[in-house]
Amino acid sequence: MPVDPDKARALAFPPVTVTVERGRLRMFAQVIGETDPVYVDPAAARAAGHPDLPVPPTFFFSLEMESPDPWSYLADLGVDLRRVLHGEQEFSYHAMVYAGDTVELRPRIIDVYTRKGGALEFLVKRTDIRRDDRLVAEATAVIVVRDPEVAS
Amino acid sequence: MTMVDDLREGTELPPLRLPPITRTTLALFAGASGDHNPIHIDLDVARSAGLDDVFAHGMLSMAYLGRLLTGWVPQHRIRTYRVRFVAVTPVHAEPTCTGRVVSVRDGRATVALAVTLADGTTTLTGEAVIDLS
Repeated sequence: MPVDPDKARALAFPPVTVTVERGRLRMFAQVIGETDPVYVDPAAARAAGHPDLPVPPTFFFSLEMESPDPWSYLADLGVDLRRVLHGEQEFSYHAMVYAGDTVELRPRIIDVYTRKGGALEFLVKRTDIRRDDRLVAEATAVIVVRDPEVAS
Repeated sequence: MTMVDDLREGTELPPLRLPPITRTTLALFAGASGDHNPIHIDLDVARSAGLDDVFAHGMLSMAYLGRLLTGWVPQHRIRTYRVRFVAVTPVHAEPTCTGRVVSVRDGRATVALAVTLADGTTTLTGEAVIDLS
């Protein structure tokens, strides 16, 4: 089912408020094989001048996943999660964020377009991430929806 | 950590070679990253979508590339970091992360990034802008 671009752009995402947990950051570091002690040991982080464990570059994506149902917007657009691919991901950074910080994430759809005669639909989702009302990072995801009903 | 004064066009980052991605890695990454999409961890769901097997999260490869960057310059110097996911990463794949400085101007270095698998497949291409000031 094709995505309705007007409906996608008008989607209202509830803001997500997340307090960054030290244990989650440590687990994330362990799973990706991070060996730099700054990302796993709060004492090492402080010795390097950080107030606590830093949020690593891609964990801003994970903060948005803390939403109760991060893919409900796809269901709202009639998209089957199994038909979805992550096409692109971009981050812009304005300030470091640390364990213990509380941030607010506000996602929105900023663009919708199709390729290959509608066989591929693209949703561009931009998320502003703020701490104390100051923008600390922006995350932009390009979500690709494969439409099996359109012959390529 | 690299001295930013030493950066010039053509500088290669030390490659980061990863061990094979196991199903355990995918299960743990789902939990750690918060990305619980079952297509990466549940064979039944993958098959119901017409796939032979689960495949790795794109964000796992982007996290590996992030390690390449933060192992090379302090994280606060990274201004932007973006990637395109150009091929899926199968289970058992062995990714290698590479980067090369493609320009240095106006106090910023642009680094071209890639993740390739042992069979030569490029799974991810990208770019990061590093603040040198």
